[in-house]
Amino acid sequence: MPAIVPTTSASTDAPVTSHRRRSRTAYLLLIPGLGWLGIFFVIPIVTLFFTSLQAPVEGRSGVYQAAFQISNYGEAISEYWPQFVRSFTYSSIATILALIIAYPLAYFIAFKAGRWRALMLVLVVAPFFASFLLRTYAWRTILSDEGFITSSLNALHLLPDDRILNTSIAVILGLTYNFLPFMILPLYASLEKIDPRLIEAANDLYARPFTGFRKVVWPLSLPGVVAGTLLTFIPASGDFINAKLLGSPGDSMVGTAIQVNFLQFRDYPIASALSFILMAIILVVVFIYIRRAGTEDLV
Amino acid sequence: MSTQAAEVARTSGFEVKDLHLINLTKSFGDFVAVDDLTLTIPAGSFFALLGPSGCGKTTTLRMVAGLEDPSSGQILLGDEDLTRLKAYQRPVNTVFQSYALFPHLDVFENVAFGLRRRKIKDVPDQVNAILELVELGPLARRKPAQLSGGQQQRVAVARALINHPGVLLLDEPLGALDLKLRRQMQIELKRIQTEVGTSFVHVTHDQEEAMTMADTVAVMNEGRIEQMGAPVDIYDLPRTRFVATFLGQSNEVTGRIMDSSGDDLVVEARGGRFALPRQRTAVSDGDLLIGVRPEKLSISAAGDALPDRVNQITGIVTDTSFTGVSTQYLVRTGWDDEWMVFEQNRSLGATFRPGDTVVVHWAPEHTFGLDLPRD
Amino acid sequence: MRWLRRNIIGIIAILVLVYLFVPIAVVAVLSFNQPEGKYNTSWNEFSVAAWQNICGVPGVCSSFALSIQIGLIATAVATIFGTMIAFALVRYRFRGRDTTNLLIFLPMATPEVVLGSSLLALFLNLTFPLGFWTVTIAHIMFIISFVVVAVKARLQGMDPRLEEASRDLYASPRATFRHVTFPLVLPGILGAALLGFALSFDDFIITFFNAGTLVTFPVYIWGAAQRGIPVQVYALATLVFFVALVLVVSVQLVNARRRRRLEASVAAQ
Repeated sequence: MPAIVPTTSASTDAPVTSHRRRSRTAYLLLIPGLGWLGIFFVIPIVTLFFTSLQAPVEGRSGVYQAAFQISNYGEAISEYWPQFVRSFTYSSIATILALIIAYPLAYFIAFKAGRWRALMLVLVVAPFFASFLLRTYAWRTILSDEGFITSSLNALHLLPDDRILNTSIAVILGLTYNFLPFMILPLYASLEKIDPRLIEAANDLYARPFTGFRKVVWPLSLPGVVAGTLLTFIPASGDFINAKLLGSPGDSMVGTAIQVNFLQFRDYPIASALSFILMAIILVVVFIYIRRAGTEDLV
Repeated sequence: MSTQAAEVARTSGFEVKDLHLINLTKSFGDFVAVDDLTLTIPAGSFFALLGPSGCGKTTTLRMVAGLEDPSSGQILLGDEDLTRLKAYQRPVNTVFQSYALFPHLDVFENVAFGLRRRKIKDVPDQVNAILELVELGPLARRKPAQLSGGQQQRVAVARALINHPGVLLLDEPLGALDLKLRRQMQIELKRIQTEVGTSFVHVTHDQEEAMTMADTVAVMNEGRIEQMGAPVDIYDLPRTRFVATFLGQSNEVTGRIMDSSGDDLVVEARGGRFALPRQRTAVSDGDLLIGVRPEKLSISAAGDALPDRVNQITGIVTDTSFTGVSTQYLVRTGWDDEWMVFEQNRSLGATFRPGDTVVVHWAPEHTFGLDLPRD
Repeated sequence: MRWLRRNIIGIIAILVLVYLFVPIAVVAVLSFNQPEGKYNTSWNEFSVAAWQNICGVPGVCSSFALSIQIGLIATAVATIFGTMIAFALVRYRFRGRDTTNLLIFLPMATPEVVLGSSLLALFLNLTFPLGFWTVTIAHIMFIISFVVVAVKARLQGMDPRLEEASRDLYASPRATFRHVTFPLVLPGILGAALLGFALSFDDFIITFFNAGTLVTFPVYIWGAAQRGIPVQVYALATLVFFVALVLVVSVQLVNARRRRRLEASVAAQ
């Protein structure tokens, strides 16, 4: 999976393998960072699991004890399966939309931008400099009921509810918008590795432009497509901000349920169960990917 | 070139001594890159290691530099055993194929790098002197990216030479330059070597380059040295088929020694008899390969009078090529082999055309005899 | 018509870029708005009041400063840890490469709710007080991976011959690192640090779960979203955006100009 951070590498035809030394220094270098991740990433996930099995203490609300209450999972799923379905549905749609929107831009930057390339990449990343909460909130203005977009679409009788805001459409649009750069960058990284002469060769061999794309560029860009898809779908599934700011209460997603259960209801076991299920599903997807592609390209 | 520069280059620093490689071997797993190499590079000579890609010449160079550890063997500079020393402890410097100039330092600092690491004083004087030697004085403050290929190459040479190494190693340094520039640099490097007096070990796959520049050429193949000597000598009398075909070109035919009594051996090959001077072969009887270089051949029409005492074959011209300096003929021999003949163009126009029957002849002292290749 | 077909990709590309910037434009415009009621969601009338009195609303500037503080600390620590890991991955062989790669990758692939909630679960079970340090710890955790990726890319792009040349020129391994490796990797490290800071400053979900009563800038905005976000927040966000944009674009322009001058001086030979 190409890293999502496009860095301009130093000019080089340097060979890929450099001499790697076998040394204890490596372990010294790894311990602080990996240790930190071990303590504050791995252990919390484990803790999450054990918390999800906890049982309430008699008579004291909000307090739990270690237990093996697997029924928590049953309870979590039976109560919140709509949220799971909704989360994965919304994020799938958002991911596909993002792919369709992102591909032309990534293609343009990789093949046609010339010396504007670096600048355009900066512009893709620039939105990150503005508060993403505010940017999402700004869609309330853009998609507001009296706004230009909603009124025009209404005039064409295209809107089922006569509005966009506070519907699932707004949530999906928000998700697409927020995670678009996560789709653009891996796509670009993959496309820019393609030798443009391959396209020329295809044209030379009687392929029309679209065929050339279908047979040459698209297959070669697949690693980027996969990376972008994963990097968009995964965070989108866990998001609750777009649902809260742009949707109605009926649009609540898994993220909303986790947040509400942890911070409001303080039902830690249920909240942990939900979070863990989400994590497990994601892990399965990731492992399927690693099986096919190995770990060296991940980082 | 300023004598002052030459003086600074010569004073202080390391003495020039012979470089000895003793039973040097390097294996990567099952693959033996350098196979029991023993050789001595005399102090102050310009030595070329010539061979095709993968023959082990660069690996040998890297072992001398200390960038690669030998599997076994020794490297001695004079009496000093370098084998166990790390690269930064050896009085040996390298000019890399891609120059490896430090992109974040300007020319001055690149050249001064070795001096600074060795904590030597008077850096500016020495740097300026050597920049004069390579004619790059005004560019001292430029960064490598602002230099042309030829200029970068000279910085790389200066950066190495300023440390007065006992041996200067050059790893195909002229590969990236275009033809004209390469010829210029060949002369430059030769001049610098003569001025400074350090031993140069020049690794290359370009046989013309090796022969132009070096005092001694060692032809390497598959980790071994096939033949070593002055360019003229090894060109004139190759000892193995590999050397005969890698260094220049040759025409060959298999034959058998019929008579070894006189000064010239008589070899029968393909129905013809050929004279081979005794000293031009190591084989004394049995089968062998006799060969002759294309430029030593003369070509005459069938039936023309020939000089006395020539070796000759008859054949049919299949191709002619005009190369400016010479005309190259391809002649199909009676046994369906193709021989190359290079005739210098003393007069305009090719004398023979495809289809003509011709006699190819040469003086016996241009013949050489080789062992049959083991196939 | 022909022109349209040939340039269709370029047109779509520009449109997508515009799409990315529309909400930012809205934010910027609304920072100059005098809203009718509590909610600054539609244009009412022009006013620079928010800009003139940018810290006027309590909590806005204090949360902003807090976000910066946390960002600086978390970035510093994460950059050091991450750079060390990148060096280990690129320059050394060791057992456990696959595990290391996986461990670095997973936090980037995990949804923020899971990252945030799992850490909360840990802190709750340890009855560790939630606040400044829990947030900082969380930020360090998720920034490390990004630093590793950025520095690793830069290191891999470096010509290994340069370090060989350094050793050939009498530099010990330490001297080689100091004079050759480090200067060449530094831009990558700085870039990674900048990225890390941006990620920390704008982080909401992970922070929200682990902040307790602490209010960082994004947490403030979330809280205010219900009550009505003060125009000052719009102004601050616009300010941060433009400062960052100007910085990054000018670095790009400087590099572009430097490159053009380089090409000119080489061509002039």
